[in-house]
Amino acid sequence: MAIDLKAPPAASRDLADLVRADRAHTSLYTDPAIFEQEMDRIFANCWVWVAHVSEVKEAGDYKSTYVGRQPVVVVRDRKQKIHVLLNRCRHRAATVCEEKKGRTNSFVCPYHGWSYGLDGSLRGVPHPESYGQCLDKGEYPLKSLRVEEYAGMVFASFREDIEPLADWLGPAKKWMDLFMKQGGGYPIKVAGEHRFRFPGNWKIQLENTTDGYHFPVVHKSFLSSVDEQTERMLDFVNGPGFVEDLGNGHSVMVMIPELVDLEENLDAPVPARFAELAEELRREGHDEAKVRRIVRTVGGSGFNLNLFPNIACSMAFFRVLRPVSVNETEIHHAVITMDGGPAAANRARLRLHEHFQGPMGFGTPDDSEAWERVQKGAQAGNDLWILLNRGLPGERITEDGRAGDVSAETGMRAAYQQWKKLMTE
Amino acid sequence: MNTQLLTEVGAFLWQEADMLDHREYQDWLAQWTADGLYIVPIDPEATDLADRLNYAYDDADMRAKRVARLTGGESVSTQPASRTVRSLSRFRILADDGATVTVRAAQHLREFRKETLRDYTADVTYELARSGDGFRLKSKIVRLVNSTDALHSIGYIL
Repeated sequence: MAIDLKAPPAASRDLADLVRADRAHTSLYTDPAIFEQEMDRIFANCWVWVAHVSEVKEAGDYKSTYVGRQPVVVVRDRKQKIHVLLNRCRHRAATVCEEKKGRTNSFVCPYHGWSYGLDGSLRGVPHPESYGQCLDKGEYPLKSLRVEEYAGMVFASFREDIEPLADWLGPAKKWMDLFMKQGGGYPIKVAGEHRFRFPGNWKIQLENTTDGYHFPVVHKSFLSSVDEQTERMLDFVNGPGFVEDLGNGHSVMVMIPELVDLEENLDAPVPARFAELAEELRREGHDEAKVRRIVRTVGGSGFNLNLFPNIACSMAFFRVLRPVSVNETEIHHAVITMDGGPAAANRARLRLHEHFQGPMGFGTPDDSEAWERVQKGAQAGNDLWILLNRGLPGERITEDGRAGDVSAETGMRAAYQQWKKLMTE
Repeated sequence: MNTQLLTEVGAFLWQEADMLDHREYQDWLAQWTADGLYIVPIDPEATDLADRLNYAYDDADMRAKRVARLTGGESVSTQPASRTVRSLSRFRILADDGATVTVRAAQHLREFRKETLRDYTADVTYELARSGDGFRLKSKIVRLVNSTDALHSIGYIL
């Protein structure tokens, strides 16, 4: 059958027909018009993760980031309230903050000197005389988004009438609680991140954190670089794990069931790769119970929690995605440490993160290469589909949704059904 | 200014740069002291690098694993391998205590892989341990000028 080169652009097709129960249309990766609609109907229309509370720990701490393509500043005010403000002066639109993070008393526009408080209120305008009575400062605060948090995760939304965050997260909340146990008794702290970009659509990245199937193939060189015990632990594709659709596009992939609850099985033998760390902690004077608890958390949780549309709690780190254009995506892999925890254990966490993540890691570059090739291949065959049917026959209904085996594409199906709902309602 | 030392150091570091561009990794590994550290930091100001997140923080074990990954044929992002050419210049001796020479240099590296040519510019600080009539690498800290930016994969040794 010849490809009809005069087929209408996907945007003029029915968006609902582009996602089916077992597949998604290739145009979801390639059509700029669909990307534009996603920015409005998804990123400006649901809860989007912006920060972990540890990134804005004290009054005046801020972080600049994006909701969709719109630059925002996340900042804690003196009353400890976290605000998410559009990074745009109300006068003539210049950004008021260019640093990635820092601490400040106010945000001052560099162009004409308008200054804003930590809550976004317009405090001062140089030489106000010329405005006479025609400028009411109360009408021009930095535009603020709705903000709510759960388990230390801060989310923002452009929609004033959006459902409460707790309802949006639903059954994902208990997995967030489990994930935070990797603090080992200390608060979790984001201690830096690897940032990288790849030339591909954001949904390719969204799929990846709920894709167990790729792990032994793409990460062969990583698996060759770890000890045998770790390699066996990561050989999970035929194991007892599962992927569960948690509703609203969220899903969890449990790769290592014995590492779901890090406060259980504390009597289990210390894995060989952490034996040296355990010894070091004992030498520092920590009692055996504490040593066990910390060592058990160092490698992170045994699951990836995918929260639609832009954040995953992935084993030992946060994976954040930022859509840049239809064929460009920025990824941040934020490392997690124990705030106030033993330095030796935190160093172990940093070294584990560097081993897999980032542009020089043993894992990320191979993922990135695979995603680039998806985007490149998706330029061919504009009548073809992306298959999402793996694990369908074995899927079962659960209390929270539905679940398939550990390499089932259940989590991707969940995300694309949510995509369809938001894009067509 | 000790131009003889500068010449000796320059000759050693140019040889190291040439080994990396020509993927003579086993020879490169053999140039290190047993406790040597190869570090590519993210934070341009940080000095407590062991307690920071870096792009690479390699002891001898991790250096050997990195070389195995780059040459083992199991990693899709290193097949095909990047071709690199680097030039090293602006050598300045920062310290010399008789046992160890600390030297800082500018590195310009161009990389080509598949359809893309990329630039990486870095300020590199080496600690060179005197060994016989030559040197061994005790530390190499590669500070990319764009370390805080979102980078693409780096499938070779900077």
